[in-house]
Amino acid sequence: MRAGAAPADSAAPTGAARPRLDVARVRADFPILQERVHGKPLVYVDNAATSQKPRQVIEALLRYYATENANVHRGVYYLSEHATALYEGAREKARRFLNAREAREIVFVRSSTEAINLVASSYGRTHLGTGDEVLVTAMEHHSDIVPWQLVCEQRGAALRVIPMDERGVLCVDEVPKLIGARTKLVALVHVSNSLGTINPVAEIVALAHARGVPVLVDGAQAAPHLLIDVQALDCDFYTVSGHKMFGPTGIGLLYGKAERLDAMPPYQGGGDMIRSVTFEKTTYAPLPAKFEAGTPHIAGAVGLGAAIDYLATLEWHQVEAHEADLLVYATASLAGVPGLRLIGTAPRKASVVSFVLDGVHAHDVGTIVDREGVAIRTGHHCTQPVMDFFGVPATARAAFAFYNTREEVDALVAAVRKVREVFG
Amino acid sequence: MADLGDLYQQIIIDHNRNPRNFRKLDDANRTAHGDNPLCGDKITLYLRLDGEVIADAGFQGSGCAISKASASLMTSAVKGKTATEAERLFHAFHAMVTADPLAPPDSGSLGKLAAFAGVRQFPARVKCANLSWHTLHAALEASPTPVTTDDRTTGPGAGG
Repeated sequence: MRAGAAPADSAAPTGAARPRLDVARVRADFPILQERVHGKPLVYVDNAATSQKPRQVIEALLRYYATENANVHRGVYYLSEHATALYEGAREKARRFLNAREAREIVFVRSSTEAINLVASSYGRTHLGTGDEVLVTAMEHHSDIVPWQLVCEQRGAALRVIPMDERGVLCVDEVPKLIGARTKLVALVHVSNSLGTINPVAEIVALAHARGVPVLVDGAQAAPHLLIDVQALDCDFYTVSGHKMFGPTGIGLLYGKAERLDAMPPYQGGGDMIRSVTFEKTTYAPLPAKFEAGTPHIAGAVGLGAAIDYLATLEWHQVEAHEADLLVYATASLAGVPGLRLIGTAPRKASVVSFVLDGVHAHDVGTIVDREGVAIRTGHHCTQPVMDFFGVPATARAAFAFYNTREEVDALVAAVRKVREVFG
Repeated sequence: MADLGDLYQQIIIDHNRNPRNFRKLDDANRTAHGDNPLCGDKITLYLRLDGEVIADAGFQGSGCAISKASASLMTSAVKGKTATEAERLFHAFHAMVTADPLAPPDSGSLGKLAAFAGVRQFPARVKCANLSWHTLHAALEASPTPVTTDDRTTGPGAGG
């Protein structure tokens, strides 16, 4: 089972004697995988952009709107109480999913991006001053760069960057030198969306905490691949995107240690986040309501809860073994294509393979493989600094989920070979 | 269904591999920059206007085969034409690549540029073909603002 077990940084066990993931059975849960595109079976390997949804999530959304819909936290009638129980039940599921200590440490937000903006705005505005620094990494998604730039600009603070090497591995040795007296926060990505690198989060958190600096971890790409234990990581904040972990779009999670969130001012004002309002003075609700102004995305939370329940039905060591196999197989198969260069070759990676083809722009690759039914992402993946570092304008990226197969890797590789035919 | 060959015509593959006029003009008197932030296509267009006539044209930049071939064929097409004739081509080209994919292409006046008629069947790639033309338009108008084809309501999205 998945919920709250192994440490989040643990490597995938690949014991041969254990039963394998029943991929055919898992695929049957995802209706869209039966679709055909341009007359070919859909090969969906753009999972780092968004994942597909199992029937269980789709049905939870349908059931919610068809039979359970009401606003939460304010009605005294049955339906509202039921919707509230569903919404708060989803929060408890999220708590278990991340192994947070308390449910009030889980804030529902619209996305991982909003979670980071919440912390940048609320924590940043109150803790950053002139000359202070926020430390990020060279492989951050724009959503973990720009919010910090915005608040740094307002506060006269500066952004500093942990470098990486040519494999896409963070230079952890540099971290102690980069954390100084002016460092107010470290923000780093758990799993890189464009390189696949799994970062040594617990190690960096320990280095930062040794200097009294809190750490935010962008977990948008980690949640679909790794078991996450925020207590074992000891991070101060952790962000999750619902739609990248088989849930609906428009819902995400912010985990924050209760003492951190308690000390932070509200992010947005509105209904539901107050204790009392007069024209003279407003007092705020306790956690987590303080950070949930307005009617929340109740259906989204319910759908995300269903996704968490779905993941809990899978044997996670089987998922990890299957994804590790897809990564090794895809890496080897793609490396055999003439003129193909892999971007991101860290020893610890999630099942993400970025590549460039000699003399062919990634968008041409994307268009041609699409005609073979293969959906990959092409572009800068919202990580322009990573593209600049590797000296490429864009890459093509295949990001595998547990429902992908070796046959789909073969289809991808055949489609990429087709690009060579078109371009000669 | 649109065929890949409709998009990647031989002439486009050729101009991608060996782009014509792929150089900076040291004596340019009009320059414009264009970019396509979602794709990463970038172009700098150089024109030498001799009165009303485009006496020379060159470009530099990076991008996909469609954007590079489009800039290559465009610079070849507009050399020797007046600014007004070039603007007319711009409108004809734009109309061709954004036309209804099911209607027969109207590429009568476009000569070699008709090779881009297939682009209209690949909506995500229309702005690749259009980028150099929008940049030409800006250069002719001596617009100081860099051109961007960033229209998120029709283009392919960002995302993860």
